[in-house]
Amino acid sequence: MKVLSKVYCFFIYLFLYAPIVVLIVFSFNDSTTMSRSVWSGFSFKWYGQLFSDRLIMQALGNTILIAVVAAVVSTILGTAAAIGINSLKRWPRRLVMNITNLPMVNPEIVTGVSMMLLFVIAVRAINTSLGIGSIMIAHITFCLPYVILSVKPKLSQMDQNLYEAALDLGYRPSQAFLKVVFPEIIPGIVTGMIMAFTLSIDDFIISYFTSGTTQTLPIYIYSMTRKRISPEINALSTLLFAIVLVLLLIVNLRKEKENKEILHEEEEP
Amino acid sequence: MEKKAMIELQNIEVSFDGEQILKNFNLRILDGEFVTLLGPSGCGKTTTLRIIGGFTNPDSGNVYFDGKRINDLPPYKREVNTIFQKYALFPHLNVYENVAFGMRAHKKSEKEIKKTVHEMLDLVNLHGFSHRNVNQLSGGQQQRVAIARALANSPKVLLLDEPLSALDMKLRKDMQNELKKIQQQTGITFLFVTHDQEEALSMSDVVVVMDKGEIQQIGTPQDIYNEPKNAFVADFIGESNILDGIMREDYLVEFFGHKFRCVDKGFKTNEPVDVVIRPEDIDVVKPDEAALSGIVTSVTFKGVHYEIIVDVKGFKWMIQSTDFTAEGEHIGLKIGPDDIHIMHKSEYSGTFGDYSTFSDEMEEDLQTPLSSLEEGEK
Amino acid sequence: MKSKKACYPYVVWMVLFVVVPMLMVVFFAFTDKSGNFTFQNLLGVGQYSNVFLRSIWLGAIATVICLVLGFPLAYLIARTGRKSQNVMVMLIMLPMWMNFLLRTYAWMTLLEDNGILNQLFEAVGLPKLQMINTAGAVVLGMVYNYLPFMILPIYSILTKMDSSVIEAAQDLGADKRQVFLKVTLPMSTPGIISGVTMVFVPAVSTFIISKMLGGGANLLIGDLIDMQFLGSAYNPNLGSAISLVLMVLILICMGIMNQFDDGEESNGGLMI
Repeated sequence: MKVLSKVYCFFIYLFLYAPIVVLIVFSFNDSTTMSRSVWSGFSFKWYGQLFSDRLIMQALGNTILIAVVAAVVSTILGTAAAIGINSLKRWPRRLVMNITNLPMVNPEIVTGVSMMLLFVIAVRAINTSLGIGSIMIAHITFCLPYVILSVKPKLSQMDQNLYEAALDLGYRPSQAFLKVVFPEIIPGIVTGMIMAFTLSIDDFIISYFTSGTTQTLPIYIYSMTRKRISPEINALSTLLFAIVLVLLLIVNLRKEKENKEILHEEEEP
Repeated sequence: MEKKAMIELQNIEVSFDGEQILKNFNLRILDGEFVTLLGPSGCGKTTTLRIIGGFTNPDSGNVYFDGKRINDLPPYKREVNTIFQKYALFPHLNVYENVAFGMRAHKKSEKEIKKTVHEMLDLVNLHGFSHRNVNQLSGGQQQRVAIARALANSPKVLLLDEPLSALDMKLRKDMQNELKKIQQQTGITFLFVTHDQEEALSMSDVVVVMDKGEIQQIGTPQDIYNEPKNAFVADFIGESNILDGIMREDYLVEFFGHKFRCVDKGFKTNEPVDVVIRPEDIDVVKPDEAALSGIVTSVTFKGVHYEIIVDVKGFKWMIQSTDFTAEGEHIGLKIGPDDIHIMHKSEYSGTFGDYSTFSDEMEEDLQTPLSSLEEGEK
Repeated sequence: MKSKKACYPYVVWMVLFVVVPMLMVVFFAFTDKSGNFTFQNLLGVGQYSNVFLRSIWLGAIATVICLVLGFPLAYLIARTGRKSQNVMVMLIMLPMWMNFLLRTYAWMTLLEDNGILNQLFEAVGLPKLQMINTAGAVVLGMVYNYLPFMILPIYSILTKMDSSVIEAAQDLGADKRQVFLKVTLPMSTPGIISGVTMVFVPAVSTFIISKMLGGGANLLIGDLIDMQFLGSAYNPNLGSAISLVLMVLILICMGIMNQFDDGEESNGGLMI
């Protein structure tokens, strides 16, 4: 039985990672024809070309700029919203939470086209065109619910008396928030921000409908899939994948260390 | 010399979502007193505390502190500190920083803070715990940190919201003594909230019994126990047999078809009254030696005494006696004039005092869901 | 904390960029090009009923496969030691950090007529298979992309399950099979429901997977909408009508799903 489950796990993980391995392997392919399935030797040449490809670099720059703006703005708005929602009465709270859930239960494509309708009309009214601004607004919008959903549980888990205790001991409301509430919910804020950042970086569907002619990395990749994807993109994704892997490893190791420390301290007395 | 009123509540009315929590509530708390608000969950005692702390605004009425009206004063400007039910220690700060928290708010010097923190930790017997993480402390230790934190601000009044309810029996008794000691040492006015009548009686100078947002009785623990004002107080404080009676004349009451001498007077002739007889005041005698007699239906050993339920003409009495009586035995109930306490009829008449459905577990069962209800009230 | 005001900017934002756009979809669905009220668009959706049926059918197959593959894995992960548990969960999430267009593109490399799989088949003497541009490839793409969304919520509900409940069942005489069927499975329903929702909704409305792996023959609802807004068939009114029908369809499906769930928050196990 144990062997059977190990085999089972192996096959599922093989299924999940096979395409990724293919991508990574072909980023080192020394081909001239951009062939995606013929191996012709090991080389770093696509990595070299990647950094001199102006279009890819511009798309990457746009993607990161949008992700940073979307993450920061949605984190600020969303954290404030979570605090506000927490002090709403039952019915208004339900209403606001339903609106919050809307973009999450709605198919992404519907969210995308609905915003496109709005932006196209708005853009005509103020005589500009769709672009980085409309993508940012769209990204902030779909990131907000995720920020709220990661901050709100921290707020409701928090002992409601903590804030009152800080007031009781003499701090004004704003200071009490910073000294007591903020340290309690900061893990939720950070999680929400990271989530917003990665969702924004990865988003294709909503950007596709709200971007006009602006290129983000996923849109650029999409336009290439119609022809052939340049192995430069393979190289870029391999790099991004490696960065994420390293970051996750660091986060996990830190967690592990913290756990050990707590265990250690508990044993001490 | 008459002591001055530290806190005065005048005609306070509070309601949440259409439900009245406090009705025309009036209370004077004198300087240096240990006052306890006692009542079942949902009676408004926590709300009273929150009004004084500044966390809840009354719909109408006045709150005075040391003679000044403080209705509009925010919590951080009040010279009152609170010990919350679940302590509300700041989990991201260690013991030292928790205790220092309030002094930092008041911009005290580091030197002064250090001195006071150590004084406070000594006071609550937590010497050497400065650098502990508060999450690693036991419930009792957390409780002590909460006390030290509140006292470090040298408040004039300390509000304690069921601070001992999370502790186990033994620890609870110790903390009761310790709190009483701290109160006597510091001379600070304590306003203590509890639903535990024993706790209230053993710690307080003055007990305020509350129910349904109203004060039922204010008095010393002895007054409250010996002279309950109505059936609610009689039942809530200790065990009581409460019977329907008629006051025939001063010092003479009739119940169960017999006339009894008593020590109460000032009732109208033939006024229907509630008669309270404490279980420990009844003597078990031979059936022919007393006016009332009945069959023992159950006997429970309680350690210091036996708890005996006796069926007298369909009414179940509770008797506490150190002598064993067998189930099914026919016994007499001897009641002296001192043992009878007469009360006017009230809205509570007839709802308490009959032990026909009595069981220990049931009382506890009733306590638990109610106390979780009260959390919702906040 | 009394700070209702803190959520006002958010509410304004959401009304402006979520509620208003949704209302515009409804408005466009019920008007023609010059803005007059009409049912023509909605009636026009009828001619695409085969596309709707295909989307729902393929989406449902993909969801079932995800559930069948995902539940055992979530169960196995939840029952391994804590340390390897973290690693296994991380490995489930990791692929999601690679752009999904690229992952789908990689499947093209694997599945195409002269692709890696067919090269492998040839090498061991098997006949070549037509894999790319089939409905099967579309389902495979859906399963591949959305399998983590099935595994994670089920896993998180399984780990939160109180182990004493299972011990109690054993104590009362249930054998392993009974414990699984009578306790573990029913108690993981909320996780299954959010998993099914999180797989089915994007699978039904996808338009890239079908384009890349399904060729032209396997048109889905998403492709239809894409064509009306950014494609050759430009007609936002019809596009809005299709979107509206899609939304209603999904709402009905979720309503049916929620019948199986008695908890208030069905998407509690949403992320991580």
